[in-house]
Amino acid sequence: MADMIATRDSFSKVLVELGEKDNNIIAMNADLSASTKTDAFEKRFPERFINAGIAECNMLGMAAGMAHCGKTVFASSFCMFASGRAFEIIRNSIAHTHANVKICASHAGLAVGEDGATHQSVEDVAIMRDIPGMTVISPADDVSARKLIKAAAAVKGPFYIRLGRAAAPVVYPEDTEFEIGKAVTVLEGSDFTVISSGCMLETALAAADILKEEGISVRVIDMHTIKPIDEDAIVRAAVETKGIVTVEDHSVIGGLGSAVAEVLCAKAPARLRTVGIRDCFGESGKPAQLYEKYGLTAADVAAAVRSLK
Amino acid sequence: MQTELKEVAAKIRRDIIEEVYSAQSGHPGGSLSCADILTVLYFKVMNIDPKDPCAPGRDRLIMSKGHATPALYAAMAERGYFPTEELTTFRKIGSRLQGHPDMETLPGVDMSTGSLGQGISAAVGMALAGKLDGASYRVYAVLGDGELQEGLVWEAAMAAGHYKLDHLCAIVDNNGLQIDGPNDEVMTVEPIGDKFRSFGWNVICCDGHDTDQLAEAFEKAKAFEGKPSVIIASTVKGKGVSFMENQAGWHGKAPNKEQAEKAEKELGGEK
Repeated sequence: MADMIATRDSFSKVLVELGEKDNNIIAMNADLSASTKTDAFEKRFPERFINAGIAECNMLGMAAGMAHCGKTVFASSFCMFASGRAFEIIRNSIAHTHANVKICASHAGLAVGEDGATHQSVEDVAIMRDIPGMTVISPADDVSARKLIKAAAAVKGPFYIRLGRAAAPVVYPEDTEFEIGKAVTVLEGSDFTVISSGCMLETALAAADILKEEGISVRVIDMHTIKPIDEDAIVRAAVETKGIVTVEDHSVIGGLGSAVAEVLCAKAPARLRTVGIRDCFGESGKPAQLYEKYGLTAADVAAAVRSLK
Repeated sequence: MQTELKEVAAKIRRDIIEEVYSAQSGHPGGSLSCADILTVLYFKVMNIDPKDPCAPGRDRLIMSKGHATPALYAAMAERGYFPTEELTTFRKIGSRLQGHPDMETLPGVDMSTGSLGQGISAAVGMALAGKLDGASYRVYAVLGDGELQEGLVWEAAMAAGHYKLDHLCAIVDNNGLQIDGPNDEVMTVEPIGDKFRSFGWNVICCDGHDTDQLAEAFEKAKAFEGKPSVIIASTVKGKGVSFMENQAGWHGKAPNKEQAEKAEKELGGEK
């Protein structure tokens, strides 16, 4: 049984590590430090922790100002409020000015669970991906989250890093190396390809297991960077396998599925099925129940693969 | 000093007309209303060097009312940031003088603005960074009075009060008008002073067209400790051009040739 760690906890850990090495690193938060796990940084470096109060727009506006005075700013809130409420501040004050702000947003997707639709962000990847120059990262597990956040810290410019609330299995060995914009083929396969983002990697791997029993060989790709997307990995999957299924805890409109479709249409037309939220809002419930109801289980992914046969 | 600054302000006003006329686009009303404020900031108050526009220790100016680029660019050009000849490229394709200030195209612009409310928020962040670094620079943010209707202004004001950013000075260009008409008909912003005071600010009021009063207000703001300061500058939209004064219609409209010539003449120009 794999260790279970939420990627928001991975963020918490790596943020303190980064803070130890670089005095210019600032952590910002909007009254959710216990939830976004920036409280560890606050405890260690209280002078470099800025609480904006319940004011995400101002948090990100201030983040832009701090970044333009030489700070590397990690600003954190829930995906819903960071990307949704503060969209235009991110667009105009952060992205348009190439401010060195890393928006580390937690509580992605239906996996938020009991808080319900108002807190379940299923549009954030779409709206962040559309902003020129924004890098969008959605790590699958603890190891990839820590390494990708570290990689992001080393690059100047705006990032949107999508983190999960719930504990997710650790998939990668500690020594795995990650590169922003380069997908990881987690499982080799020759018949079909499943491309996942974020914590749906676990579901993609489970689907591959189900299909293996049926004699279907599935390649599983972890598309941890949704923008810039790894076009080569997608084209190879299109050419080398007979069809692609994407799976994301996000709307099928504008997210990973759309990003993959854009590459396929332009470079390597192939059959595609997208598994995700189908143009609707979520509701309260346990994450597993929500995944069942909204069609995000391994069985759903396996069915999508079979439909390509 | 008053006479000298007045001459600079008059030149800046003529530049404003020239820019907007040349572009046949832009915002003359709110540019003319803040011309004296920018004159005093650029020519008397701020610790800046046009030859080293990104010096880490410089004072920062954030034009939160970003549509007043004609005034900002005129002040910057007159101060020596770039040749005044470039002013006629304003709003034209390929120009560094974008419709709203762009820090990436024009050195000396401390923050890209234009979407109202965002400038003051970034200014608070800059002041906060300066405080953490123990830096000595001051941060100035020029806001429109209509802009105060944006909720983000008050989120930023709350944070500046909370963090006691006494090296931050906001200036409200209080001309009483916005695109759709008088503020108090569109959405009341008064009492502005009481609002800022209740958010933990030191409030200073002055005539926004009297360069001596403005200079004194900036001195008071600089001397005040423990709170951010706001200077509420009473101004006239379209100031200096008889047919533009107090007319909301000149918020974002360019003069034709005849109007431009009349305006420049009224502002002491040769035409």
